[in-house]
Amino acid sequence: MDFLGLPSYSWETVLGSAISGVFLGSVYALVALGLTLIYGVLHIINFAHGAMLMLAMYAVFFLWSALGIDPYLALLIVVPAGFVFGYALQRGVIGRFSHGRDEITLLVTLGIAIMIENGALFAFSATERQVQVPYDFDGIDFGVTFAVWPEIAALAGSLVVTLALWLFMTRTDMGHAIQAVAKERRGAELVGIDVEHIYGVTFGIGAACVAVAACLLAPTYAVSPQFGYLFVLIAFTVVVLGGMGSFVGALVGGFLIGITEQLGRLYLGESLGLITISAIFILVLLFRPTGLFGQASG
Amino acid sequence: MLEVRGIRAGYGSMEVLRGIDIDVAPGEIIAVLGANGAGKSTLNNVLSGVIPAGSGRVMLDGADITGGRPTAIVEAGLIHVPEGRRVFPNLNVEKNLLLGGYRRGKANRAANMAHVYEIFPRLAERRRQFAGTLSGGEQQMLAIGRGMMAEPKLLILDEPSLGLSPKLVEEMFTLIARLAGEGLSILLVEQNVAQSLEIAARAYVLENGEVAMQGLPGDLLARDDLRKSYLGV
Ligand SMILES: Nc1ncnc2c1ncn2[C@@H]1O[C@H](COP(=O)(O)OP(=O)(O)O)[C@@H](O)[C@H]1O
Ligand SMILES: [Mg+2]
Repeated sequence: MDFLGLPSYSWETVLGSAISGVFLGSVYALVALGLTLIYGVLHIINFAHGAMLMLAMYAVFFLWSALGIDPYLALLIVVPAGFVFGYALQRGVIGRFSHGRDEITLLVTLGIAIMIENGALFAFSATERQVQVPYDFDGIDFGVTFAVWPEIAALAGSLVVTLALWLFMTRTDMGHAIQAVAKERRGAELVGIDVEHIYGVTFGIGAACVAVAACLLAPTYAVSPQFGYLFVLIAFTVVVLGGMGSFVGALVGGFLIGITEQLGRLYLGESLGLITISAIFILVLLFRPTGLFGQASG
Repeated sequence: MLEVRGIRAGYGSMEVLRGIDIDVAPGEIIAVLGANGAGKSTLNNVLSGVIPAGSGRVMLDGADITGGRPTAIVEAGLIHVPEGRRVFPNLNVEKNLLLGGYRRGKANRAANMAHVYEIFPRLAERRRQFAGTLSGGEQQMLAIGRGMMAEPKLLILDEPSLGLSPKLVEEMFTLIARLAGEGLSILLVEQNVAQSLEIAARAYVLENGEVAMQGLPGDLLARDDLRKSYLGV
């Protein structure tokens, strides 16, 4: 029977679509985790997040094409490098030029994004490049859908990164210090926390999350200089939806958006499917303005 | 313990402190009194490295800490409990205390925390409560407890009685006297002149960024100008 003229599908098809949405959502969650840390904790709207993701994707690609390093093995190189890059970027550029003023920070990160993107266009051209791995057609058959290993790895990765970030923030001195700086900067200074260092570390961890995302995305997505846009747009949606600064929110928000997108595709077709993301976004914020897991007091 | 010589400082081109000299000996409570806007908090912020000094010198326990960053000054043992408490509202009481030992006193955190809980049993009862949900008095206790976690050589308390009920103010001053009794050197910055003079060994009165009067509590209380300006009699 037709409902509002939408096609009707068997429950297997719908379930299969939802499950593939979870895998897609885990990819969004991975990108959103770093963003929610930087955005929610440091109140920096990092417009360079997508550019950093793209850059990390190129790093993974060239490690593979030039040295034959598998993208998952590349985690060991790209993640520490991402941390160092993020730390240096925050302390050397963003912190130095924005003088703690949000509107300048915004412009600085935007400028960095433009520079990285144009630099990539110049250095790597607009050609799409993709890592080829021998295992990207194997995976697990769930009956209603089939998931390839890279999808399963992305899901596992998003769960591990969420858990690791949560443990880090709630169980370590550095994690506590980051939270202290986020809400009470002067108080943090007066207990001897090096605030500038904490900013660098936080940004570095955000960049390291981006690097994890890049390694897990590389087997399934081709990279080009514009690669970051779509992901970051959706990742921003995920962050706001899940509640700024909440890791669990980023994870659940990612899943929600992924499932919504896939179901939207199923029912409305490829071109209209993405509309459902905006719909669910508006709907959630209507009932919970602070996002699913957000705290009321900014 | 603390030796402050000729400190000048301000904001931009506005000079707030015009040459301040202060001395604190070990185990002493020294009061710094003065009306709103006299420059007391500015002095504290200069001592803890939050605001740079234009000129002058600060010695702590024989070491020159002039111009040091806040991290280095905390490391050296000068701990500033700021006006308005500045506790971490999004962390619970226990984590606030742990962060008090972030830079200094790290090795003895457990023992120091037990000591803080012994002095402030109310904090022990609320150890899992977010600091943002504490009452003003409890936040003040937490701010002091957090300062003690760093095993201070000198503790600066900026208006610890501000906003507390009269009964709590009384309690707070008794407590400060007890801390000094345990050997802690305290620079007590207050507008509450009468009660501060009861527990202080000596006092300085700041007016317009200068030391207008100084001396023993008894001598100060005998002065008509002090009584008129600060005690209203
Ligand atoms: N951040 C600031 N920027 C500019 N002026 C300030 C700042 N903080 C304090 N002042 C000014 O410095 C003077 C002394 O203030 P303060 O040190 O806070 O005095 P007190 O603590 O004795 O009340 C006041 O005139 C105040 O307006
Ligand atoms: Mg003051």
